[in-house]
Amino acid sequence: MKVININSSYNSEFVKEVEEESGQKLNLCYQCGKCTAGCPYTDEYDICVSQIMRLTQAGQKETVLKANSLWLCATCESCTARCPNQIDVARIMDVLRHMARREGYGGTGRVKTFWDSFLSSVKNNGRVFEVGLLVNYISHTGRFWTDIDLGPTMLPKGKIHFKPTEMQGKKEVEKIFMRFKEESAK
Amino acid sequence: MNTSLNYAYYPGCSSTGTSIEYDMSSRAVCAALDIKLNDVPDWSCCGSTPAHTVDHSLSSALSARNLNQVASIGMDSCITPCPSCLANLKTATHRMEDEAFRNKVNKLLDKPADTRVSTKSVLQILVEDYGIENIRKKVVRPLKGLVVGAYYGCILNRPAELMQFDDSEHPMAMDNIMEALGATVVPFPLKVECCGASFGIPRKDVVMRLSGKLLDTAHAIGAKALVTACPLCQMNLDMRQNQINHANGSHHNIPIFYFTQLLGLALGLTEKEMGMNKLCVSPRTLLDAMANEETIKEKAA
Repeated sequence: MKVININSSYNSEFVKEVEEESGQKLNLCYQCGKCTAGCPYTDEYDICVSQIMRLTQAGQKETVLKANSLWLCATCESCTARCPNQIDVARIMDVLRHMARREGYGGTGRVKTFWDSFLSSVKNNGRVFEVGLLVNYISHTGRFWTDIDLGPTMLPKGKIHFKPTEMQGKKEVEKIFMRFKEESAK
Repeated sequence: MNTSLNYAYYPGCSSTGTSIEYDMSSRAVCAALDIKLNDVPDWSCCGSTPAHTVDHSLSSALSARNLNQVASIGMDSCITPCPSCLANLKTATHRMEDEAFRNKVNKLLDKPADTRVSTKSVLQILVEDYGIENIRKKVVRPLKGLVVGAYYGCILNRPAELMQFDDSEHPMAMDNIMEALGATVVPFPLKVECCGASFGIPRKDVVMRLSGKLLDTAHAIGAKALVTACPLCQMNLDMRQNQINHANGSHHNIPIFYFTQLLGLALGLTEKEMGMNKLCVSPRTLLDAMANEETIKEKAA
């Protein structure tokens, strides 16, 4: 087990920031482990969600924000639904991801790349353009074989479109992203 | 029966592509039940999971643009078939009750967010506003002999304080509808376990494991089909069923329906109208085994 000297590495600003942004009280967590017990992704995590909670309580900013787990949480809400102290754990995971992004972590992970490709599709088209999203993801990861095996099944179904659907307000949507970027830079 | 059910309808992005049959069947079922749907004009993406993993004000602004579109046609009650859209639209309305947060969202929008719009799922209004007993009366082609499990997925009912519908651990809405349609419903123990969500592309291995477990369980309890209410769950279990079989050495051949598709069939709508040919795992054998055309004629007579 890893021992952490909390006196020397406790980052109180980090704790305060997580609490403010998530609206959750971190000291309500008493480490029952129920979130981890129900987490479908825990096999993939480097740090399980209950330990993320403990490390966050203990102000271990760098360890928490570097965790791969943040990019493997699918927000299935099992943890939030089952916490006996009504902590919205999934919201804390979300807030930690926001902070990790701001601090420049999670850079080239496939999940983050996929999410970024998704949002760039929304920004450009107003709606998600599924084929465009896949092409964008592949161009960033080089994983050209992604789901290529589904082609013969999916093409005859008439579900795959090679052009985005047109919507009038796509500039409005693009402006939301641009304003968000400006606000974040402030 | 309340015959004046009238809602704004937000289809969501996947309805134009991978979940087109969910949209087709939802619209046709509502029409058959005299539930009026008004398309949200020029709707845009709600931001889904990726937006809220970047920032909550961005996510809520993307949703709020749509809530404003609902208000623009003079409506305050919106429904959507998709649980991810549902969660985002509801979360936006809920969080914008906080003034500081609302101001932050408004800074991203062309015009201030309308916070009066409430959003429900198609499933919720069918159960709560139309009523399962009223659905039962409309059945002309009972789903006789169909042994089905109901799979709800992770976010349709969670978190309970936000979703305010059914039970967050043991939902029954679709089980009850299927029972009313004459199907044999087997209790599905993993009804709220996650299917792997949007990791199908970036981490297919995770979806193979999680959705594989769902299919293994469906097989083990004798379900011949599953019904879902979520485009992502349906896609992982149906479109990826072959991939799952390859990855796990299994041999599943379990049709994965949207609950609206089976509801429509039982109401006498055609397979074509329900987009049955859009499913990847063919339901042909199952549908042929179910009550045939005579049943309709008997009822009609």
